[in-house]
Order: sequence, then C-alpha cells, then structure tokens
Amino acid sequence: TPAERTNLAGVQHIVLVLSGKGGVGKSTLSTELALALRNAGKRVGILDVDLCGPSIPRMLRVQDSAVHQCDSGWVPVCVGQDKAIALMSIGFLLERPDDAVVWRGPKKNALIKQFVTDVAWGDLDFLIVDTPPGTSDEHISTVEALRPYQLLGAILVTTPQ
Amino acid sequence: AEAAELRERLRAVRHTVLVLSGKGGVGKSTFSALLAHGLAADETKQVALLDIDICGPSIPKMMGLEGEQVHQSGSGWSPVYVEENLGVMSVGFLLSSPDDAVIWRGPKKNGLIKQFLRDVDWGEVDYLIVDTPPGTSDEHLSIVQYLSASRIDGAVIVTTPQEVSLQDVRKEINFCRKVKLPIIGVVENMSGFVCPKCKNESQIFPPTTGGAEKMCQNLNVSLLGKVPLDPQIGKSCDRGQSFLTEAPESPATLSYRNIIQRIQEYCEQHHLQEEKIM
Repeated sequence: TPAERTNLAGVQHIVLVLSGKGGVGKSTLSTELALALRNAGKRVGILDVDLCGPSIPRMLRVQDSAVHQCDSGWVPVCVGQDKAIALMSIGFLLERPDDAVVWRGPKKNALIKQFVTDVAWGDLDFLIVDTPPGTSDEHISTVEALRPYQLLGAILVTTPQ
Repeated sequence: AEAAELRERLRAVRHTVLVLSGKGGVGKSTFSALLAHGLAADETKQVALLDIDICGPSIPKMMGLEGEQVHQSGSGWSPVYVEENLGVMSVGFLLSSPDDAVIWRGPKKNGLIKQFLRDVDWGEVDYLIVDTPPGTSDEHLSIVQYLSASRIDGAVIVTTPQEVSLQDVRKEINFCRKVKLPIIGVVENMSGFVCPKCKNESQIFPPTTGGAEKMCQNLNVSLLGKVPLDPQIGKSCDRGQSFLTEAPESPATLSYRNIIQRIQEYCEQHHLQEEKIM
C-alpha cells in the first residue's frame, strides 16, 4: 500500500539492537547510540518494540507523553534536547504506566507490524530498533516486517559472564 | 480431559512457587537455582526445578548440568537429577547444541510448557520451583493457566533497585493481581556492593526512586529481602556451582538464606491454612 512505501522510504539505515539475554543494556545502548548520532548531526528515530517492558520513554524522560495520529499514521514523540529524535514505543499507548501488557504472540505480532509500517517517521538517517530479550514473536515479526527496507544490520549486546 | 491429566500429574506436588520478574537480567534464574539448592539441603524434601525460559534457558548451566539429555521411561520424561532429591527440567536439555537458538512463536512455546507439566515424571515433590523468562506473555499466561489444575502457593518477584527495573516489576505485580496469583513477596537483587578489600559500600544500581522497599510499601507487597552484589555469585553460576556452598560467609548468602526461609514459612503456613479450611 502507498502508506507502507512512504513511512519507511525516507529512512536511510535501520539498525536492530539485540541480545537474547535480558538486562544487559540493550535499551541503554539504543538510547545512547541515538543521542550520539544526533550529536553528530544525524536525523534519528527509535522504535521500541519491547511490548512487555518498554524502557525507552523513561530513559528519555517522556514517559508521560501521548501519541497522536496523522494521515500517514502514528506521529512519533519528539525527544532529546532539541526535540529532534523521533520515538515510538508501546509505552505511549498504555493508559497507566503500571498496566501490564499481557498479550500472547499473535496480538503482539499485529501491533509490531503496525509499529513498523504505520509510524510517520519522515526522513531519517538512522532508525534504531530496540528489542526485548529472547528470540521469539517480537523478533521474528520485526525482522519480517523490516525485510523490504534498508536493514543495515544488528548490534548484539552482552555482559562478560 | 487435559486439565484432568495435568491435575493427576501434579497431584503429588505439595508446593509450587513461580519466580517472576518482568525485567530481564535481575537474577530470576540465579534465585531459582539457589532456592532449589537451599530447599534441597533438607534431604527429607524432594525438590523440582522447572525452567520454562524457552529462548534463554539458564538453569542447566547454573546447576552444572550442561550437556545432559532427557531420558524417556514408561512413566514419562525423567528429570535430570543434581542431587537425589533435586530434579531439573529445561528446554536446554532438549537442544543438540547449547548455542542452538529456539526461535519459536508463542503457540509452540506453550505446547512445550504443557508437555513439561504433563509428561515429566517428577514423582512426589515437596517444592516445585518454576523459573520464567522476563515479560508478561505466552509463557506466563500458560504456566498460570496450566497450573490452575493444581495449585500455586505464590510468586516470588525479583528486581534490582533501579527505577527502570521497578517499572517493569510493577507491571508484573499487576499481572499477578490480574490472574489472581498470590505474591509471596519481592526480592531486591544487586542491592549494594561491599568491596572485599576496603569494605566500603557502593550502590552500583542506585535506588533513585526508593528501590524495592518503597515500591513494596506503595503496592502493599512483602519485601522478602535485599541481596547485595557479590562477584562470586556470577562466577558460581557460570561454573554451575551453588553459591550458597561456595561462599557460605558472604553477606549475600546470609540474605539468600533468610529469604529462602521466609518462602518456606509462607508455603508451610499456606498449607496449614488450607488444611484448616478443608
């Protein structure tokens, strides 16, 4: 559909941040990477597909933000010192931040597909995709949905143990 | 009929404890392994440790059982025994190589979890401890659903002191309430670090919003204890040894032992209350 073609068409490079293991610093790294790239003058977006434990909004101090829709889809929340980093996270869709997203795979997959294709990112040099731990629904769906686009590659995060 | 099958298999299980978090990497598996070791120290108790983290099964390595395979007998799958009274089951034992990725969607994961409960011949068990992956998804819904055929004493929720962890843990507490799973209490891991050389204490993960203590107060949940960071913990896990026996003098060991005792007391009390009702 035309919307699918336009929403990610303006994104030059898509980078996935993965681990397998939880709590190693994926979200922390995604955030720092986005801020560093922004500092270097790049146009940056972050897509937080951790549906059960979305950490990015708090890390960028926008946990109380709401999201709106425009003609081409969801409007990302603008964060960072100069409001120049675009962020989309399920964190923004929760009525209460302590609400658990208790969904089985199929429902998570549907939302991820929407997140990937229905966010009006505009023109970005880098889109950083933060993922939850594991190798399951979220990961399979994210890679499948991103496959037609400029997927640069994955950064894997670990700790020494 | 399926529920009846599960009920039958789990009939011989006296107490079931789920170890949950919501946040990854806070020490669920570490705690599950030590809880199992701690309870099994009483040789009269039969302990079972079930690892339902299908994508990232840590229990085999932590229990020193890497490379072990599951055997089938007439009465079902045999757990892998660490001690005579401590049996373990994990998807890790079903992989041909420890680096094999299990890239399964929800329904397939649920199927394996059901098999673990239905087909494993645990025998008579005093304590069944279930280690879970982070999150509030298929695995968690399924285990609560399948174990409703039996009874779950409650959940132990693990966190670290930082707000980024507590954020996810509050969701887990809400999950427990949603599915009517009693909460035995919260364990705060990585709670401070005492340098073995200079004995100074540092907060590696500062509790910027009051840590687990404040969260427990706010949510009216029990704080079972705080466990400090000890580099020996990670080492023991990597080596598949019980930290409790490797470092008996560590402040972390003392904390763990106190917490384990509180969990035992909760389960026993629970049992007495139920017997009274019956």
